[in-house]
Amino acid sequence: MTQSVEHSNLELVELRIPARPEWVALARLAAATVANRIHFSLEDIEDVKIAVAEACAAVIQHDAHGEFIDLTCEALEDALRVRVRDSGRHGIPAAGGVVNFEEARTAGLGIFVIRSLMDEVTYDVDARSGTDLTMVKRLQTPSDV
Amino acid sequence: MDIKVNVREAPGDCYVVDLSGEIDVYTSPKVKDAIGDLIDRGVYYLVINLEKVRYIDSTGLGVLIGGLKRVREHGGSVNLVCTNPQIKKIFDITGLVKIFGIFESEDAAMKVA
Repeated sequence: MTQSVEHSNLELVELRIPARPEWVALARLAAATVANRIHFSLEDIEDVKIAVAEACAAVIQHDAHGEFIDLTCEALEDALRVRVRDSGRHGIPAAGGVVNFEEARTAGLGIFVIRSLMDEVTYDVDARSGTDLTMVKRLQTPSDV
Repeated sequence: MDIKVNVREAPGDCYVVDLSGEIDVYTSPKVKDAIGDLIDRGVYYLVINLEKVRYIDSTGLGVLIGGLKRVREHGGSVNLVCTNPQIKKIFDITGLVKIFGIFESEDAAMKVA
């Protein structure tokens, strides 16, 4: 008896990684794999990888980040939606903020890069609730190119 | 995932930093240390070869910007060698093409270092 496991068009990948630099490559790889599944071009896959890495780096560089980063990659019919949140924020004081100017400037650069590479970006960074960033990249049709 | 850093002396007061691999939030401290060590030794003319870099994010850009700021205080320069379109794209969208000298070959980068 043959049974297909692909009953739905929806492809959803959820990944929890420790909020540490050495794990960001895994988040990049996961997002790239989902983007590849819905036939993004190589260039667009690279854009997604960079955007995910920037989002993870923004979490990690925040001085009051949580223990984990939760990544959700959702393959829609004509787009990829990626959500990056930090979690495990136990006992983190309300007064957060970035430690130094150099890091703040780099973090701002990261958000700028994300906005440049992705089609839709919404994010909220709060010392108490953490980082919650959702970004969408639409699949290019031949007429778009 | 790793970054390889090789530093070599070039003609004049210039040093070349060869980078190979991925420059991200995990690997950029290693690049920062290599560039910082050179500047601490009084090397203010740097050519950073990105030809074998497959990936760079804003933390990597931050390291390069930091190095550039330091050498400029001494009248120095940081020139980049880069032909990878994906890497150049990051410099384009961030406007850093106007800040760094970006060259197609090491020879061209060293001529103006």
